[in-house]
Amino acid sequence: MKKLMLLAVVLLTTVYTYAGGYRVALQGNRQLAMGHTGVAVINSSELVFFNPAGLTFLNQEFTASVGANAIFTNISFQNEQFGWSTEADNPIATPFNAYAAYKINDWASVGFGVYTPYGSGVEYPTNWEGSHLINDISLSAIFFQPTLSIKINERLSIGGGPIYATGNVNFNRNLDRSTTNTEGERLNVTIDQSGISAWGYNLGMMFRPTTDFTLGINYRSEITMDAKDGKADFQNIPSSLQSVYADGTFDATLPLPAELSVGFAYEINPRWLVAFDFNRVYWNAYEALDVKFSNGLESLNPRNYKNSSVYRFGVQYKANERFTLRGGYYFDESPVQSGYFAPETPRNDSNNFTGGFTLRLSQRLALDASFLYIHFDEIDESYNHYQENGQNVPFGGTYKNNAFIPGLGITYGF
Amino acid sequence: MKKLLYISFAALAIAACEPEFNNPVDEQGFYTSGEADFSNFVTVGNSLTAGYADGALYLQGQQNSLPYMLAGQFAHAGGGEFTQPLVNDNLGGLLAGGQQIQDNRRVLRIGADGSQVPVILEGTPTTDITNILEGPFNNIGVPGAKSFHLLANGYGNIANLEAGQANPYFIRMASSPDASVIEDAASQQPTFFSLWIGNNDILGFATSGGVGVDQTGNIDPTTYGPNDITDPNVFTGTYNTLLETLTTNGAKGVVTNIPDVTSIPFFTTVPYNAIPMDAQTATAVNESYSDYNNALLLAQGAGMITAEEAQQRTISFSAGQNAVVILDEDLTDLTALNPELRNLRQATVEDLLPLTTSSVLGTLADPQNPSSVIGVGVPLNDSQALTEVEIQLVVNAQTAYNTTIAALAEQYGLAFADTKALMTQVANGGISFDGGTIANTFGSGGAFSLDGVHPTQRGYAVVANAFIEAINDKYDATIPLLNPGTFPTVFVE
Repeated sequence: MKKLMLLAVVLLTTVYTYAGGYRVALQGNRQLAMGHTGVAVINSSELVFFNPAGLTFLNQEFTASVGANAIFTNISFQNEQFGWSTEADNPIATPFNAYAAYKINDWASVGFGVYTPYGSGVEYPTNWEGSHLINDISLSAIFFQPTLSIKINERLSIGGGPIYATGNVNFNRNLDRSTTNTEGERLNVTIDQSGISAWGYNLGMMFRPTTDFTLGINYRSEITMDAKDGKADFQNIPSSLQSVYADGTFDATLPLPAELSVGFAYEINPRWLVAFDFNRVYWNAYEALDVKFSNGLESLNPRNYKNSSVYRFGVQYKANERFTLRGGYYFDESPVQSGYFAPETPRNDSNNFTGGFTLRLSQRLALDASFLYIHFDEIDESYNHYQENGQNVPFGGTYKNNAFIPGLGITYGF
Repeated sequence: MKKLLYISFAALAIAACEPEFNNPVDEQGFYTSGEADFSNFVTVGNSLTAGYADGALYLQGQQNSLPYMLAGQFAHAGGGEFTQPLVNDNLGGLLAGGQQIQDNRRVLRIGADGSQVPVILEGTPTTDITNILEGPFNNIGVPGAKSFHLLANGYGNIANLEAGQANPYFIRMASSPDASVIEDAASQQPTFFSLWIGNNDILGFATSGGVGVDQTGNIDPTTYGPNDITDPNVFTGTYNTLLETLTTNGAKGVVTNIPDVTSIPFFTTVPYNAIPMDAQTATAVNESYSDYNNALLLAQGAGMITAEEAQQRTISFSAGQNAVVILDEDLTDLTALNPELRNLRQATVEDLLPLTTSSVLGTLADPQNPSSVIGVGVPLNDSQALTEVEIQLVVNAQTAYNTTIAALAEQYGLAFADTKALMTQVANGGISFDGGTIANTFGSGGAFSLDGVHPTQRGYAVVANAFIEAINDKYDATIPLLNPGTFPTVFVE
């Protein structure tokens, strides 16, 4: 138990990255292995996230899952015109999740989930060619969600719960593309705040027209993270500019967008199950990353994200009582529009391949493993909305990303 | 434990899977060197090659020196290591045996009212020229060097410093006290070189306000003073020897010409009509010059000066901006008539006032005498103005040098960068880059550093691009350009 606590602490202090924008779709090893489908898959307490309505359809009286993933993500950048090439040295991130569901009676279940659906951790070499946009960023948010699920009849259930979100941000960039102090050190600013909190909700409905066919719909609300009076630290400022770039506080807002999921699952026979999910992520909430400093300066950074869709396919094969295999694929549309390709999330559409298995260790305990490989085609793109002397100065080139994400978890139930 | 080990290995394997581009720019072969071979790039020149800016050679300037930028881009196409005789600090001043012999760099001081004044950066420099560096260095840019200095043995001998026959910057890096600059370059057997020399052969004369001598016709440079104009034949002979030596082993290279000294902020910042005046003061000043003006008419009547000269010399102030009063040695000497009848006239738009006059112009020569305003009651002296006649001497020599450079570049089959045309463009409308325009306005234009003579790092990047374009063109290479917007301009205290 002590070990578990320690693990939890370690996990809580790390940051994550990847996926369209700063969405980190790794909310359970079983469902991730199936292409992160799950709005209509009745499998485990991961439903707290995927569709709270489904909890009452679980067979077990109590079930809990704990898991984590390790994100190895790479960004390569190059610019042919100037001969630039840079690789981001991103920290390994470990998002996690923990879910529990308990059947109170035949028609009501309760659950609780702790998960980390948003985050980013990108570290470029300090003073790289795009350092006026970002040197490094770490964003993380942890969601806590108590859940209630009600079975209306044998075919229909609803569920939902409030979400309490708490997040941290730390971001550093240079003030412009060139200015240094007399020692040759670039002028830069770090903004930092932790413990930013906000509320949202998660609602779902599940419909089973037959015992082998399930439909699901789920909506997670937008959550707006307002950083207020965070710490702003300006570094390497020449003495005669100290008053202009005074250290102090900052205010900024980062939306964690709403997400709608619809999907179905079909149990072909007791061994085979297929699932399809469609996600719509309402990224248009992310219009700009504007930072207001207490010294009167403002940093205006248009983002102009667009709503994006994710198409997910998953399959599950129960080989025997001990062993279940899973596989999946999803196509993840990037919310980033052309000309807004900021190097903090320089990601285009991706093809995602998943796999995994569950190994039953005992009647009550099972081991869940997953693996996700994200493939991005290389793309020529730029961010055109950085301004110098009142004119837009594009920054771009060719980006290529990939990510490898193994995950491990345990499920306990009776 | 074993399991952990396996997991660690797996993690490492995964982390090593960096995404690969279809055509990675960081692999040799993406950019090509054409007929050139950049494996051993040696550069010879003056302050412009050394990385000098803001009135000093300091560390950051060297780290973004013109040839260092070039070498960085050459590295994409087979270029090798590029070593420089780095100074110790970012102050840039020089010591000789502990005594400071060169000022620190200039920086902008921003006042509480937003005023911006260039000041010498405070601090004790740590670069002592008696500390000889171990070479050889790919960058043999020697601030202050004139063309013929590059051939001079003993130019790096500290024993010759006091006599003015040695250069403190070359003393630091010379392979031996008697080595010449060109010997130190040639001994490295460069495969590619750059040469930018000749600027100081006219610049010293210009920035001194023309107090030196135009040595055209005198082919013995050992008799020249520091502010003299080098004879064009001496320049041609020297330049030919330099190129002959540098190309001995078949090395390719790039050369460039001499930009106009008259378009640098050192001469374009202080206007000829820098004196604001109200009507009442103008009347009083005119009154004080009435004897001088009347004497000119008498001299004209006596046939000692032409009507044109009398007109040219007549001092007249009025309400508004007024031309400064200068001493012009090229006017007819009338002091035999009356010692008070000095060679005075008011400047015209054709004359140039050095940046250094801005600190004295309008101040009192004699604090007790309110009518001793420099530029009004007291004329600017010969060193405080570059007259039209003096400018012509500079232009004549510059034109001759540039003819030589272009012709010899052609003869030796070298790439030729037209820096003169580039700097003319900087002075006339500027050169646009992705973050604005680089112009020759002092302090804010972006092209010139705070000494008003040398480019900023951004300015050097623009020059480097002209070099790269010339090289690509001549040798069929595909060296990528630099982005000037990523290089700094002036520095704030």
